[in-house]
Amino acid sequence: MLKIKNLHASINGKEIIKGLNFEIKSGEVHAIMGPNGSGKSTLAGVLTGRDFIQVTQGEITYLNKNLLELTPEERAREGVFLSFQYPVEIPGVSMINFLRTAINEIRKHRGIDPLSAGDFLKFMRQKQELVGMDGKLTGRSVNEGFSGGEKKKNEIFQMAILEPKLAILDETDSGLDIDALRLVANGVNKLKTKDNAIIVITHYQRLLDYIIPDIIHVMYDGRIIKTAGKELALELEEKGYDWIIKEANL
Amino acid sequence: MVEENENIIKSISESEYKYGFITSIETEFFPKGLNADVIRMISQKKGEPEFILDFRLKAFAHWEKMTFPNWAHLQIPEINYQDIIYYAAPINKPKYSDLSEVDPELLETFNKLGIPLDEQAKLAGVAVDAVMDSVSVKTTFKETLAEKGIIFCSISEAIREHPDLVKKYLGSVVPYTDNFFAALNSAVFSDGSFCYIPKGVKCPMELSTYFRINAANTGQFERTLIIADDDSYVSYLEGCTAPMRDENQLHAAVVELVALNNAEIKYSTVQNWYPGDKNGKGGIFNFVTKRGICKGDNSKISWTQVETGSAITWKYPSCILLGNNSYGEFYSVAVTNNYQQADTGTKMIHIGKNTRSRIVSKGISAGKSNNSYRGLVKVLKNADNSRNFSQCDSLLLGNKCGAHTFPYLEVENPTAVVEHEATTSRIGEDQIFYCNQRGISTEDAIGLIINGYAKEVLNNLPMEFAVEAQKLLQISLEGSVG
Repeated sequence: MLKIKNLHASINGKEIIKGLNFEIKSGEVHAIMGPNGSGKSTLAGVLTGRDFIQVTQGEITYLNKNLLELTPEERAREGVFLSFQYPVEIPGVSMINFLRTAINEIRKHRGIDPLSAGDFLKFMRQKQELVGMDGKLTGRSVNEGFSGGEKKKNEIFQMAILEPKLAILDETDSGLDIDALRLVANGVNKLKTKDNAIIVITHYQRLLDYIIPDIIHVMYDGRIIKTAGKELALELEEKGYDWIIKEANL
Repeated sequence: MVEENENIIKSISESEYKYGFITSIETEFFPKGLNADVIRMISQKKGEPEFILDFRLKAFAHWEKMTFPNWAHLQIPEINYQDIIYYAAPINKPKYSDLSEVDPELLETFNKLGIPLDEQAKLAGVAVDAVMDSVSVKTTFKETLAEKGIIFCSISEAIREHPDLVKKYLGSVVPYTDNFFAALNSAVFSDGSFCYIPKGVKCPMELSTYFRINAANTGQFERTLIIADDDSYVSYLEGCTAPMRDENQLHAAVVELVALNNAEIKYSTVQNWYPGDKNGKGGIFNFVTKRGICKGDNSKISWTQVETGSAITWKYPSCILLGNNSYGEFYSVAVTNNYQQADTGTKMIHIGKNTRSRIVSKGISAGKSNNSYRGLVKVLKNADNSRNFSQCDSLLLGNKCGAHTFPYLEVENPTAVVEHEATTSRIGEDQIFYCNQRGISTEDAIGLIINGYAKEVLNNLPMEFAVEAQKLLQISLEGSVG
């Protein structure tokens, strides 16, 4: 589904990603872990097309397309979804209006008729139940006055509505207590299918107790320095990152 | 600057009317320039009674003594009042013979607003034989109103047919001595709307200049007078959401509203005059005096305005709350882009007891524009228990524009409660990216964000108008981010 080859990317002339290789297939869940400042969130930014990040070298192929040639909204319409680490508030814009605009843009891109207001509401209610989203929140403005946990849950709710092919969850666990974490993770698990792929970016192992990855990558200084099975998470929790960094001779 | 203005005034008042009084009445336009003879000619041409001519001449004499107001946060280029045509005959010469001659950029905007072709032609100034089915619309419309005793006609017609009402109320809310532009308008007003709602009548439809014939060519010095008698209600819509390519530089309209006991007037405006091009060339100067008086007890006047056009906007729709328990409202969205300037707001004058007012102003600035809110809340000595709430928000797009707030409070009664809240925010790259990441383009994202921001005001517009106003806000800000 997604293949990254020798990616280099900078912010304001400072190189953050320094030759990264990565591949994920449909039906897989990969976790990207690593200490602060290793470039995890920058990678999410590159994949979604943030304009303050300059890609200086390398290729990204997504569903046989050159991802780097697409605008952020085209990527979204092609099925790339980011669950934001810090979701922004948009005062006065109702969740319903926002999501209906979004889903109909995506449908238009795929040549499907737009959903009517009635059909959309029905569809939204189903998804609300699926991920356990409070109905009161969908009546409010986008993220306005939401608690930290509600914002994260809202990201997963949006993922449920937009049904992406590639979902990137950027630090979805940060700021969540254990109950909220479990709820959010359950939501993600329900959305997992054999046709989509999920990249979980996280700092801590605890999210991976609930969202079980097929593969774990450790990122450090702009590169992936280790790739292993899910058992790596526990080892990291126990020993930290230092031994891997040493092992990689950095 | 002061000296300069004095020179202008001097040159106006001292100059002789060069062309003399020779033009025959059959010509379509009067010659340029302004003096008492031109005013007599306007009045004669319109067949006006003596009291109107008298009103005009007094206003003119007063205007000649006045100086141009310079207190607003605006940079206003010199206006040569002798270079303006003060009367154009109703038959306006079409500017184009075919739609293909019209600026394609303008047509593109029409298409985005979803305006039918016939109407596009009319708005752009193309000769059209029959304009849609507006004649039938107008006829059924007039019959319905007549059954209820509602008078809705042009101010010229009202002056001829209902001189008593006009005599009683014209200039009663905005006297010609009020300000420079009100005086000018009183001297030379071309046409406008008149509306009288009799006692106990709730007007069954939204009254709109849109339906009225003559409406399109009366813009420059429009004069509107609306009277709601005891226990009546009317909702009035002014303007049209399509951009009028009007080459007239100066617009100085006056609107007067009178609400008697228990009456309610709701006045909505969508103003979209030509704002000038991207480099700040051209565009309309819109100097408007709008004021309503809640004359009777328990009366209510509500102003809602969406201002997206004009190079310069100078406009303060106000309420005089004279009757006890009367209520004034002002809801405004003002958008400025490129080099546009707007200095707009309201005045709420509390005179009666238990009077209340509410101000919600939302400014949006983009490009290199300047957007100011200026509002006065005045509570007089006898206005016991009066209340005001003001909310003034500014939204900035980009970093070359300006937003300014000038609230004035004058409270002379200790029982009054006056609240003022203000915020300034910016459309963030993060908000736009968030929308992009959900598949929404940048332009649609800006549309969503500003409509969300302006929601409280847009919700006050009649339904159909609100939808068009939303589209208009988005179009006005196209290309202002990214």
